[in-house]
Amino acid sequence: MQLIVAENVHKTYQVGEVQINALKGVSFAIEPGAFVSFVGPSGSGKTTLLNLIGCLDKPSEGKLTVAGVDVSSLDRRQGAAFRGEKLGFIFQDFNLIPVLTVYENIEYPLLMVQDVPARQRSERVLALLEAVGMSEQKDKFPGQISGGQKQRVAVARALVTNPALVLADEPTANLDHATAYQVIELMKRMRDSFGTTFIFSTHDPKIVGEAETIFTLEDGRLVDTQVKGEVNHG
Amino acid sequence: MGKLLKIAVRNLLRYKRRTLLTTSLITLGVVFVLVFVSVTGSFKRLMIAQNTDSMLGHLQVHRKGYVASIDNLPLNLNLKAGAIGRLEKVLDAQSEIAAYSPRIKFGAMFSTFVETTNIRLNGIDPEREFQTVSLLPGRVLEGDKTLARGDIWIPELLARGMKVKIGDTVVIVATNQDGSVNGKQFKVAGVLESVSGPGGRDGYITIEDAAEVLRMEGMEISEVAIRLHDFGRLGVVSERLTGLLEQELNQQEKPIFELHTWEKLSPFYNIARMIDVMTFFMKLMLIAIVLVSIMNVMIMAVYERIREIGTIAAIGTPPGRILSLFLLEGLSLGVAGAILGNIVGALIIFVLNASHITYDFGRQKDLLLQVSLDPVDVFVLSVIVIIIAVVASLQPAFKASRMEPIKALRHV
Ligand SMILES: Nc1ncnc2c1ncn2[C@@H]1O[C@H](COP(=O)(O)OP(=O)(O)OP(=O)(O)O)[C@@H](O)[C@H]1O
Ligand SMILES: [Mg+2]
Repeated sequence: MQLIVAENVHKTYQVGEVQINALKGVSFAIEPGAFVSFVGPSGSGKTTLLNLIGCLDKPSEGKLTVAGVDVSSLDRRQGAAFRGEKLGFIFQDFNLIPVLTVYENIEYPLLMVQDVPARQRSERVLALLEAVGMSEQKDKFPGQISGGQKQRVAVARALVTNPALVLADEPTANLDHATAYQVIELMKRMRDSFGTTFIFSTHDPKIVGEAETIFTLEDGRLVDTQVKGEVNHG
Repeated sequence: MGKLLKIAVRNLLRYKRRTLLTTSLITLGVVFVLVFVSVTGSFKRLMIAQNTDSMLGHLQVHRKGYVASIDNLPLNLNLKAGAIGRLEKVLDAQSEIAAYSPRIKFGAMFSTFVETTNIRLNGIDPEREFQTVSLLPGRVLEGDKTLARGDIWIPELLARGMKVKIGDTVVIVATNQDGSVNGKQFKVAGVLESVSGPGGRDGYITIEDAAEVLRMEGMEISEVAIRLHDFGRLGVVSERLTGLLEQELNQQEKPIFELHTWEKLSPFYNIARMIDVMTFFMKLMLIAIVLVSIMNVMIMAVYERIREIGTIAAIGTPPGRILSLFLLEGLSLGVAGAILGNIVGALIIFVLNASHITYDFGRQKDLLLQVSLDPVDVFVLSVIVIIIAVVASLQPAFKASRMEPIKALRHV
């Protein structure tokens, strides 16, 4: 069974009198454990599509199913619950909560979204700190660590609830090349260990090369799909 | 709740100066109101106590119509023996009445053999009177604190003006109900401190002497002053007594008695009311201060953290939690302001008491300012501040909880 199925998905924004067709009929499928990248020029609709998959927005037309759920059917509260349960998010600007330590940031989804008991919480957080190599920094605040470290914490936060899918819109845009590469490697390693599906968007051609499935968007349309070699995931 | 509180408090500490300013403003407001309420409240209590505990009692019963012409102390509106019996029966049955004291009130001539003036007199049963108005013996500046037959207590101003000393003999001359004039010699046994309020410059003799001067044939009294065990129950008891006394009818099927609380008998009740009104407006101002300052901070807080709100909303934080998070921030500000305000207010009151400030009230000089901090005031103020703090945070918090994650995340 596919994790994500998009059938003729359209997204239209209404700005005053003007209609902007950000997505003009996109269809694809993504299987569990895939390591996927959406690429394309600025304005091609990558963010729009990731927002739809992330249940942060609804398609104007067509059908989008994520983990067996039609995203159009979710209301506000259900959407929040679904995201908290099934999805993880990594942001371009890291978006860690500045008043929480590294440890508390990773703990946040377990504590505030899922109400996981304390014992399990600390086990899980410590395991992820270890996995992303941030154990030493666990008591620092986001303001005290580098961008690359922040994004590693963000990866841990996205994974802590053991989601089916992690979405990352331009996760490396604010990182230098070497760090960007490390973050993508980390994501891939996490996919290998936890079997989590990763979908990210990027401009960076070198980073794109790391993806196993590459969808190319242009002007709201899917113009190319590239599947690299044998995809092997546990 | 604990986890939300931790985040809320840390967010407040993130903008230290702003949090400090807002908290100080609320603290200041609480301090002002608390000190004002305590000082005026203490003054009010003193004033009421002076009226009720040295002259009026908490309640008074007269024959119907007496109070309307109380200024000329009409002897023809006294209660006669039969009515007194009926009244005593009603009063004795009330467990909330601590004591009551019958009085004969009349106007008389006061003569020193050299000079003559007029005086208002109360004929009392000393023991019962002192139980009813306990501050009365304390007003005796010179002389004896006991009043025996043949003794008279006269007000300070009269003693000074007429150059009368303790032990002097004076004559009281009065006209009775039938118009016959009678005189009797008295020994000045005490000089009374004057106090502000009705009856504050009256003289006192025993009720038997009063009956003798007025040549009363049977027992007669002008009024009965009543003291309750609990002044706080005045309203309830007066209502019940009014009901009971209304059932006591004369031959014409008209009520015999009328009951008044001290409030109806003393002009100081209006001052007490005014203090209450001022206190009310002070509290309104406090509410305005808390409302505006917290709303301001919370609107800023939400605006500055739009992206953060977008983030936590995107990762699935339920809208209700986001709402609680911001409400808790406002609540914490209110709680901090209330606690600090009460502490600082209590300190100021302590200093006020320690510095022995005196003030004048009417003819009384150098009254010591004794401010007491009422726990009820502290509680009420704290509750007001905290509730208003939450109310002020409602709109910003609601806005935060309703934010669209995508829009919030795009916000720069
Ligand atoms: N909320 C919105 N309201 C109106 N138009 C929008 C909105 N969001 C996106 N668009 C428009 O939709 C189109 C697709 O935008 P989108 O952000 O998805 O592109 P992108 O591929 O993510 O671009 P970039 O690489 O610059 O991030 C653009 O023309 C954009 O201007
Ligand atoms: Mg984009």
